Amino acid sequence: MIRFENVGLRYGMGPEVLRDVSLHISPRSFQFLTGPSGAGKTSLLRLLFMTLKPTRGLITVFGKDIATISSKEMPLLRRRIGVVFQDFRLLDHMTTYQNVALPLRVRGKEEATYRAEVEELLHWVGLGERMHVLPPVLSGGEKQRAAIARALIDQPEILLADEPTGNVDPPLARRLLRLFGELNRSGTAVVIATHDLTLMDQINARRMILDQGRLDIYD
Amino acid sequence: MIDAARLKEQAFSAIGVLVARVRGGNGQAPIVPAGNVVGHALMIVIAIMTFLACLTIGAVSLVQSTAATWQSQISTEATIQIRPVEGEDMEALLAKASGIAQGFAGVKATRIIDRAATARLLEPWLGTGLDIDELPVPRLVVVTLDEAALPDFAAIRAALVKDVPGASFDDHRNWVDRLVSMARSTVLIGTAVLALVVAATVLTVIFATRGAMAGNGHIIEVLHFIGAEQKFVARQFERHFFWTALKGALCGGALAIAIFLMIAWWSSRNLATPEADQATALFGNFSIGSSGYTGVVLIILAVSVLTMITTRMTVIAHLRQVDRRDET
Repeated sequence: MIRFENVGLRYGMGPEVLRDVSLHISPRSFQFLTGPSGAGKTSLLRLLFMTLKPTRGLITVFGKDIATISSKEMPLLRRRIGVVFQDFRLLDHMTTYQNVALPLRVRGKEEATYRAEVEELLHWVGLGERMHVLPPVLSGGEKQRAAIARALIDQPEILLADEPTGNVDPPLARRLLRLFGELNRSGTAVVIATHDLTLMDQINARRMILDQGRLDIYD
Repeated sequence: MIDAARLKEQAFSAIGVLVARVRGGNGQAPIVPAGNVVGHALMIVIAIMTFLACLTIGAVSLVQSTAATWQSQISTEATIQIRPVEGEDMEALLAKASGIAQGFAGVKATRIIDRAATARLLEPWLGTGLDIDELPVPRLVVVTLDEAALPDFAAIRAALVKDVPGASFDDHRNWVDRLVSMARSTVLIGTAVLALVVAATVLTVIFATRGAMAGNGHIIEVLHFIGAEQKFVARQFERHFFWTALKGALCGGALAIAIFLMIAWWSSRNLATPEADQATALFGNFSIGSSGYTGVVLIILAVSVLTMITTRMTVIAHLRQVDRRDET
């Protein structure tokens, strides 16, 4: 699904933040990406989501070398990947429902074809009562769940989540993790970047540990 | 004690539900948020610049039509002047000169300025009660020319000099040439001013649009990251800013047209007054012709389209910047 071979990354003329990273994210897999703050977790996630280009090495996403993907192909590949940003990136002038429905809207779908689906997903993530509320009114946990719902609405083949439990209390973090587990069982590959060890202890999943730019994988 | 934060949250929640219901159920909110302070500022800037550009185009159109009127009025007439000659009958000479002139193709009519009219012409210098027969006053024949096919001035001049003693022919070419050159200079200056105003409008609209777009960077990025195609993102912003610009440009254009109409109304209401006579002498009837109104419509459309194009380019530049920023 996504494959890295000897990938290196540096910002400008600075030191390499990622060195010789090789990994393979297979379909239906579940993995945590962890490491100390500043280890390069977000950079690695951005490489996975193709918003960064590596300084060296080869990255293939859904069988395509990202160095040769045209700008027209890029949106089509991104649609197969769901992303939950650390800062949520919800649009404040749209209600929760409209934010979650946005990926379907940009794909040109008619609202009548997805309304029930969006409402069902919002109920599933526990935001059924908050679907007509604007994001500034939502709590951190509610924003987090809205961002997750937006990433899931088009049934992506892989979900990338950057610190998805960073803004929530432990019970909600466990609930969100169960949600990711259910999603994974339904066939979506999941990559969760976190430095929350207690969270990782709750699921027996592959761990990718970044330290000083190098990646160690524990299956 | 009232929990202010809770109250505020409930108010926001109620507004959200209300907005959603007003839009019809879950509804499709515009992807680009409607009217904010920056959007209104852009609309006002566009209205002001369109107003100034429309006023300039109206003024240039007025100057252009006035210059054309000056030119055509003076170039459609010529004058035969006959000086008194001993032993010759002036009236006979006038009739003969008039007849010769009429014989040429391109001469539409001739008109002999009679004694009374000649006396009136000289009144400012010689006073009233003048007996024109007592003085050796030259007499005039006004020749009206066909503007489409001007006669052979040299041939007329030669025929008159040959057959009418004391006759000379003034085709006004010197005056026409001077007026043409003055009219051209005036139109040129007007066009240069218009070009400057249009350039200022273009730059102001571009920078104001880019300023208004700057606050929407996060929306562009979110759309980009959830897989929206470049043309989809551009279309959302183009549509929004086109309407914003059109509203502003229509306000500015309408205000300019209102001013044109007010001036025309004032001019027609004061037809007989000295001020209006002075203005009419210089600018004709002071009304903006169809070219002026066409110019206003074109300016309105051009400003709206320019805003749309600037928006598209800003969106594309922002998307490129997002990708370039991510390059390492």
